Amino acid sequence: MGIILNNISKSYANVPALDDISFEVAPGELFGLIGPDGAGKTTLFRILTTLLIQDGGNAAVAGYDVLKQYKDIRSHVGYMPGRFSLYQDLTVEENLTFFATIFGTTIEENYDLIKDIYIQIEPFKDRRAGKLSGGMKQKLALCCALIHKPKVLFLDEPTTGVDPVSRKEFWEMLKRLQQKNITILVSTPYMDEAELCDRIALITNGKILQINTPEAIIASFPKKIYKVRSSNTYQLIQDLRIYPDTHSAYPFGEYLHFTPKSEAFGPMDLSKYLEERHHKGIEVKETVATIEDTFMDLSKAHE
Amino acid sequence: MAKDNMIQVQNLTKMFGDFTAVNNISFEVGKGEVFGFLGANGAGKTTAMKMLIGISKPTHGAATVAGYNVLTEAELVKRNIGYMSQRFSLYNDLTIKENIVFFGGIYGLSSKDIKEKSQTMINELGLHDMANSLVGSLPLGWKQKVAFSVALLHNPKIVFLDEPTGGVDPITRRQFWEMIYREANRGVTIFVTTHYMDEAEYCDRVSIMVAGKIEALDTPKNLKSQFRVDSMNQVFLKLARNIE
Repeated sequence: MGIILNNISKSYANVPALDDISFEVAPGELFGLIGPDGAGKTTLFRILTTLLIQDGGNAAVAGYDVLKQYKDIRSHVGYMPGRFSLYQDLTVEENLTFFATIFGTTIEENYDLIKDIYIQIEPFKDRRAGKLSGGMKQKLALCCALIHKPKVLFLDEPTTGVDPVSRKEFWEMLKRLQQKNITILVSTPYMDEAELCDRIALITNGKILQINTPEAIIASFPKKIYKVRSSNTYQLIQDLRIYPDTHSAYPFGEYLHFTPKSEAFGPMDLSKYLEERHHKGIEVKETVATIEDTFMDLSKAHE
Repeated sequence: MAKDNMIQVQNLTKMFGDFTAVNNISFEVGKGEVFGFLGANGAGKTTAMKMLIGISKPTHGAATVAGYNVLTEAELVKRNIGYMSQRFSLYNDLTIKENIVFFGGIYGLSSKDIKEKSQTMINELGLHDMANSLVGSLPLGWKQKVAFSVALLHNPKIVFLDEPTGGVDPITRRQFWEMIYREANRGVTIFVTTHYMDEAEYCDRVSIMVAGKIEALDTPKNLKSQFRVDSMNQVFLKLARNIE
């Protein structure tokens, strides 16, 4: 009753957007599709919401086939596209009433489901949707996607361009919706949000790199990883680029994350090398990989 | 004004009717500094930035950017800065080369200069195979790297970057920041906004705007110790939460 995809492929004028994608989302699961712009996330959403027909493979949502039973799917799913797509010149309340009516229900009937979220925008219910702030638009769009009590909720990059505070609140809302037995497929380019999902699929260039729980994906990182810093970050990047034992070196917040080529690597060797190159405030410590480290390692191997 | 300050802002305020979008902010940014300009959506960042790049007039207060007054010398400000954002950067239906020629022309570069610059740029970015492709066909990360280089065409002393890396893949995002470091190392001042808090850590100094005011301004290290947390994400959450 969740989502099932078997060997889904889609190309646009011979450019593959999705290449043989298969995975399942269990009922009630919060599943994240993690990947950058252009990875194929939106194409996947459009196929699952029956707005686009795949070239190959099959998929089912809430038990209905995306081709044969597209009408059933439409009445049982909620979809919040990446681009704000409500009626800008209807008010908050009018938009919500409109969507409720389309789906043959009323705001009152499913008010319970949207109450937590709607309460935050209710003071502005007479304001036109086009005049809302980004955060309020996002909340209204979520209410409209939920008003018919869908079994499966599709959220395409709901937090892109949203500040960290509003992002955190949005994820708290999703967690509460999950408690109400709604299956959620959500995409995001923010790797830190991956850790809030039950399971995630890492996707890039139309291919799935890995599917697992966030913990298992982090644990699968195949190398030792070190955090490195010195007082001159720019020079540090340059010097790590030409260090013979560097497999990868990427800026990560206040540190660089470094993985060595050789098994025999010792952090002291690197400290010594950096000292010789006149770095000050050198620090080399073993650390734990993040989802983003894993993503970069896998996509590098894929090239 | 100190000689090496690229931005000098004093009591800058912008009001729309009764609403104060930017409320009496003051700060300086030095030459070659990477300055992170953070804040929640709606905190007033964009309004403040518009005043600094000379396209919106302050209600009160003053600001000089690259040595020019944003109120009385707005045209000179525009000519001496670079600007790029995620929303407006390049023309999708022009090729990379055509975009370079177009923006070179806008900034009044000679055709000889434009020719040389585009060669250097295409070499540095390793874009030989794509120089004649439409910008619209490039992955977002590439677009943004080209847009950044185009913003530097006329050798501005300061570049404003409005969420340059939103949605960009993690590897390209880091390559983009390496370009930023490289330019800062050459003495270009970088003024950047972002919602990625790990990128806030890459800045020399960071300011955080909350409801029109600058509530914090310091190095990432000092901000973290001031708020007794170990990431800029936590600093941000603490500041923005306290206001509500």
